[in-house]
Amino acid sequence: MEIIIDNKKIEVDKGKTVLEAAKENGIVIPTLCHSSFLEDVGACRMCLIEDLADGKLKTSCTTEVKEGMEVLTKSERVEDSRRTILDLLISDHPLDCMTCEAGGNCILQDLAYHYGIERSSYGAKVERRFEIERNNEFIELDPDKCILCGKCIRVDQDIQCSDAIDFVDRGFKTKVGAANDEGLGGEDSTCVFCGQCVELCPTGALSYIPSQNKGREYDFEKTVTTCPYCGVGCQLELKTRDRKVIEVGSVYREGTPNPYGEACVKGRFGYDFINHPDRLKKPLIKRNGSFEEAEWEEALLLVAEKLTEIKDEYGGRALAGLSSAKCTNEENYLMQKFMRAVIGTNSVDHCARLCHASTVAGLVKAFGSGAMTNSIAEIEGSDVIFVIGSNPTENHPVIGSKIKKAQKQGTKLIVADPRQIELSSLAEVAIQHRPGTDVALLNGLIHVIIDEGLADQKFIEERTENYEYLASVVEDYTPEKVEEITGVEAVKIKKVARLYAEADKAAIYFAMGITQHRTGTDNVLSVANLALLTGNVGRESTGVNPLRGQNNVQGACDLGALSNVYPGYQSVEDPEIKEKFARAWETEELSEEVGLTVVEIFKQAGKEIKGLYIIGENPVISDPDQRHIEESLDKLDFLVVEDIFLTETAKFADVVLPAACFAEKEGTFTNTERRIQKVNQAIEPPGEARADWKIISEISTRMGYQMDYNSPADIMAEIAEITPIYGGIYTDRLGDKGLQWPCKDREDPGTKFLHQGEFARGKGKFHPVTYIPPAEEVDDEFDFIMMTGRMLYHFHTGTMTRNSEPIDKHEPDAYLEINKKDAKKLRIKEGDRVRVTSRRGEVETNVRIGERVQPGQIFMPFHYAESPANRLTNPVLDQDAKIPELKVTAVKIEKVKR
Amino acid sequence: MAKKEILICAGTACLSAGAEEIKDRFEEEIKELNLTEDYEIKTVISNTGCIGPCSLGPIAIIKDDSTFYGHLKTENVERIVREHLLEGKIVEDLLTEEDGEKIEDFKEIRFMKKQKRIALRNTGIIDPNKIEEYIERDGYQALKSVLNNLTPLEVIEEIKNSGLRGRGGAGFPTGIKWSFAHQAEGEQKYIICNADEGDPGAFMDRSILEGDPHSIIEAMIIAGYAIGAEQGYVYVRAEYPLAVKNLKIAIRAAENNGYLGSNIYGSDFSFNLEVRVGAGAFVCGEETALIASIEGKRGQPSTKPPYPANSGLWGKPTVINNVETLANIVPIINQGSDWFSSIGTEKSKGTKVFAVAGDVKNTGLVEVPMGTTLREIIFDIAGGIAEDKGFKAAQIGGPSGGTIPKEYLDLQIDYESVKKVGAIVGSGGLVIMDEDNSMVDVARFFLEFTEDESCGKCTPCRVGTKRMLDILEKILEGKGRRQDLDKLEKLGNTIKETSLCGLGQTAPNPVLSTLKYFREEYETLIKQAEEVN
Repeated sequence: MEIIIDNKKIEVDKGKTVLEAAKENGIVIPTLCHSSFLEDVGACRMCLIEDLADGKLKTSCTTEVKEGMEVLTKSERVEDSRRTILDLLISDHPLDCMTCEAGGNCILQDLAYHYGIERSSYGAKVERRFEIERNNEFIELDPDKCILCGKCIRVDQDIQCSDAIDFVDRGFKTKVGAANDEGLGGEDSTCVFCGQCVELCPTGALSYIPSQNKGREYDFEKTVTTCPYCGVGCQLELKTRDRKVIEVGSVYREGTPNPYGEACVKGRFGYDFINHPDRLKKPLIKRNGSFEEAEWEEALLLVAEKLTEIKDEYGGRALAGLSSAKCTNEENYLMQKFMRAVIGTNSVDHCARLCHASTVAGLVKAFGSGAMTNSIAEIEGSDVIFVIGSNPTENHPVIGSKIKKAQKQGTKLIVADPRQIELSSLAEVAIQHRPGTDVALLNGLIHVIIDEGLADQKFIEERTENYEYLASVVEDYTPEKVEEITGVEAVKIKKVARLYAEADKAAIYFAMGITQHRTGTDNVLSVANLALLTGNVGRESTGVNPLRGQNNVQGACDLGALSNVYPGYQSVEDPEIKEKFARAWETEELSEEVGLTVVEIFKQAGKEIKGLYIIGENPVISDPDQRHIEESLDKLDFLVVEDIFLTETAKFADVVLPAACFAEKEGTFTNTERRIQKVNQAIEPPGEARADWKIISEISTRMGYQMDYNSPADIMAEIAEITPIYGGIYTDRLGDKGLQWPCKDREDPGTKFLHQGEFARGKGKFHPVTYIPPAEEVDDEFDFIMMTGRMLYHFHTGTMTRNSEPIDKHEPDAYLEINKKDAKKLRIKEGDRVRVTSRRGEVETNVRIGERVQPGQIFMPFHYAESPANRLTNPVLDQDAKIPELKVTAVKIEKVKR
Repeated sequence: MAKKEILICAGTACLSAGAEEIKDRFEEEIKELNLTEDYEIKTVISNTGCIGPCSLGPIAIIKDDSTFYGHLKTENVERIVREHLLEGKIVEDLLTEEDGEKIEDFKEIRFMKKQKRIALRNTGIIDPNKIEEYIERDGYQALKSVLNNLTPLEVIEEIKNSGLRGRGGAGFPTGIKWSFAHQAEGEQKYIICNADEGDPGAFMDRSILEGDPHSIIEAMIIAGYAIGAEQGYVYVRAEYPLAVKNLKIAIRAAENNGYLGSNIYGSDFSFNLEVRVGAGAFVCGEETALIASIEGKRGQPSTKPPYPANSGLWGKPTVINNVETLANIVPIINQGSDWFSSIGTEKSKGTKVFAVAGDVKNTGLVEVPMGTTLREIIFDIAGGIAEDKGFKAAQIGGPSGGTIPKEYLDLQIDYESVKKVGAIVGSGGLVIMDEDNSMVDVARFFLEFTEDESCGKCTPCRVGTKRMLDILEKILEGKGRRQDLDKLEKLGNTIKETSLCGLGQTAPNPVLSTLKYFREEYETLIKQAEEVN
């Protein structure tokens, strides 16, 4: 339609606001409370325009365009009103621009400058009206600088969905506050410190505590890159100054996993590990039991020599490599190439073995592809979301927020988790099944769905095979029998089955609660069975979605850092494929034998395995049965570790090579939704640290296999040549939003959701499974079941978050969660020290009492080296995927007397 | 033998003047004298709700002969019972005296004579807690005839023809509002009764809810039928506990009698009603803030459009009518739109209830035909200025309204005329001021109220009213400057033009209208200040 703005005719789409129409046509209208992705509220009144039809002043952000409408955006009346409004705001704003954190990055300051308001005609604000609130490590709120635009509240409530802040009081006394007005760090505050409020604050009312007095916006260089924490793959802006990362800002880009600048506390505040003084800056060589700094050449030669020596003496199979889900795609590719083409072994693996190996094994069997079937942006479109064995609000917080938002907008939520997680409280049905009883639960659901005729017969006939067998296996799993096994009431099982089956678009989200069991692959197959049975896969917003835990665990798997596959999940046992790689890599070293996996490598240490090359992994903390891991490392003839810190594992090494972290190198990460995104260098590495891809190349070259890539982009070009699912992935194509695999060639726009029309393996295949109890159950001595996992503030082995000052200050201590009934029985109080003992070891930790876990169960996060949960866990393996049963350990608990 | 009734006003004003004790005394006396048994006279004391002439409270009316006793004291009750009830003799010396005459009949007291009670037809007359008394006075007959004889569109047409306009303040034609919601698409629609009466001094809505809740319930059912809503909410402020209590009792009675619930009067139409208690924020009387409050959100207004008729409660088409507006619905249906539109002026039909307060002899609720002059209200109904002082001004329309000086005493009160002189009818607050009042102080009083009640969402209202108040206080403290008046005027006009909702858009009115008619009072204060300095 046509409208007239400032006497200029303008074509504009119906449904737009006058503000949008003006913006599209280069007409600037000042705003304070507007944000392109938040609901417009018309609060600040700065964006007033004059509507000539009725002569009224209207807020352009809330006024929709109408055919023939004529408005003025800069009439004297409009500008006068804006000036008065600014005058009023400034009358209640401290004039401390000279020391304000937001100086140079303040809309109020900009507007005052534009309208020439030096001081308010209503007098200056001399006295403070409110206290500054900073009872937390992350965010400071100065209500005296707040202009009550409410953007922080809207982003908190509508995007982050934490409902942490709202307006308190009314009229001139109004302020922004958290629960009970006790500050963001208050006892009842639900703030999760994502920082989105700070990002949107138009003034200095909200600011980041860690970066105070370290520079202003215009002092910073800015680099957009991909977050190094979980698998969501948030795009972040690193703000750097003098080779230091000072602050992490939001990136607002459609088509990215976090289009509205979402982040979590780790991505936002967990960056000071980068400039931590303990970063490794020079290679270290262990001499007589202690490390000495060495020159690169010496260290590299030593590594090359030692690896060659072992290879010559025992063969390539005596060496193994652990690649890293923290490293880039290019580095993972090089690592496995090095191990396969230069050393001649398939024993290259990485921590995916401990998280989603069973997912890959199970989903490849059922669908033909082992990744999330859908995209993060599709979450909002689901009618039902079934979260099982996943705690997204802590482990994938940005996805957690999207699930909460979907629920707010009408999506029904089902949560199955032994613990009462945050999402449980929002669920239509929340169930707490006993740890390790997932197969029984899922079979029970399938039983009800078949029994009540809710299965999607058309889908089963057209797109699946092996249904009859499934039907016969689940026949025994009546809701009543399943109730006995899982502890979930039969009526609830029926309710969940109906809710899931009757939805048009139902999506499953799962994580370690499903995978980290000795029946991990069975669990995943059951999940796939459920989806196939109801036709809930192969369409938008419905599918099976494993949430990947590490920034690049998807990519590390995709690029063959697994002992059984080359890049792109191409089997090492297939002679034709081996031949293809032998040609491409110009090597005769390739082996047709599946290599050893993570846990197996440690079992064979000192036996089959003599030397180990570890990049960016910390198995002493992350792998099950810590004592065994330490003994294994001791038994090795040679251990080289490449890392950014001297980790618990690196301490066992003969040579330690200092690596660059994500902020100091180029490359790509692949997130949980199969999106390959760029990693951009923001600063130089500390000291002499180098990017892993460079280090691997140097070692390889010194072992006689020339690797002379100029850049990670060169490596990616090589990957595209020999990896069909990455066939169209070239660094120059990634742009702002990356690409989602499968992407077969340079023309392919990538794939939003998988298995449309046809499964990757042709037909979807049902794999009926029967329930097998966990390896360890409670007995008289070990009378509790321990689950392990992550919590919001820390990440994995803590290499990054434990080295982040604000985060570690906020969550400094290890703990275990125990039910209040058990606590009463054991006579322990909140904060007491207890000893937790399993058949493999014991640890001491602090107690947190509540009802998150059920009686008879405890939960321990595994991040803490001082109370390592994995000293206790059971290395019993899933036979298919070789994933250990980290989720079910029988333990006993004793109070420690001081 | 039918019971003889003694009506004792139990409205809030009378209760605070001791009506409860009066009632107790009556009960004791009647018991003591065994009136029922010995003399076969059945005497009932009803909680009648508010009768109106609050300044005469506590009040008793002997319903049989309409005898009116005002300013009752507990020690007088004995005489009334013994002399009037027992012996049938009016207690002359306890009668109210007006213009030197003792008035016997309630309808003849000056307060009642010029009134026309449509919205207040039952208040003070029936026992609000007894549905049968409402039914006796044709209650729920309008509903019956609507459900049996009229289509929803015909109901809307009837209301449109009546010319009824919203009594909450804005004066929007009720029938048109209903037709918008009727036309709006959507299965689920709502009707809300706005009983968040917040203007200081206005209490007609409270009186109606306390004294005649069924008239509101019946009207809401009819409105629901007309627009296609099967769910209604009454949003009442928590400061009105008696209204909430009586309303809840009435809803239960209506449910038990089949007027609420499924298939009312055997029709296909079902309707349910719930009470929602607000926390007393003035701004929650604003439609969009009221909706937010019912939805459990912070009570803050949002921009219109969309209007509630299209997107209201939970995003569904919603009609919000004020209590007094709804109180007119049943009479319009029962007596016809022609009858209703014959009352009032050309553009303002029917009656309006005013809460007359301030320096007059009779304060209280008065209901007069639209077009009645200010003079009639003040001097005939309210008995003139107290202590026979001179009349100075009337503040009409509460904190959103304005001040009318004495040159407009013969102004006919209707929506248009009042607006013309810079005030609004509003919800019907009418504060009469004698010559001793400082108009600057009056302006400050109202501005203090709106400044405090501003929700704080938009800048001009939140900070602007505060700055206006600062200036007014400065002037009153004797620190004013000449340029302050221009500043006040300019800021006031900007606040009016740029505020988000009606609260801010009208908040400067009391200041602007006193500046217009009583500027010399401001100037005097400033001149004094300048002389001191």
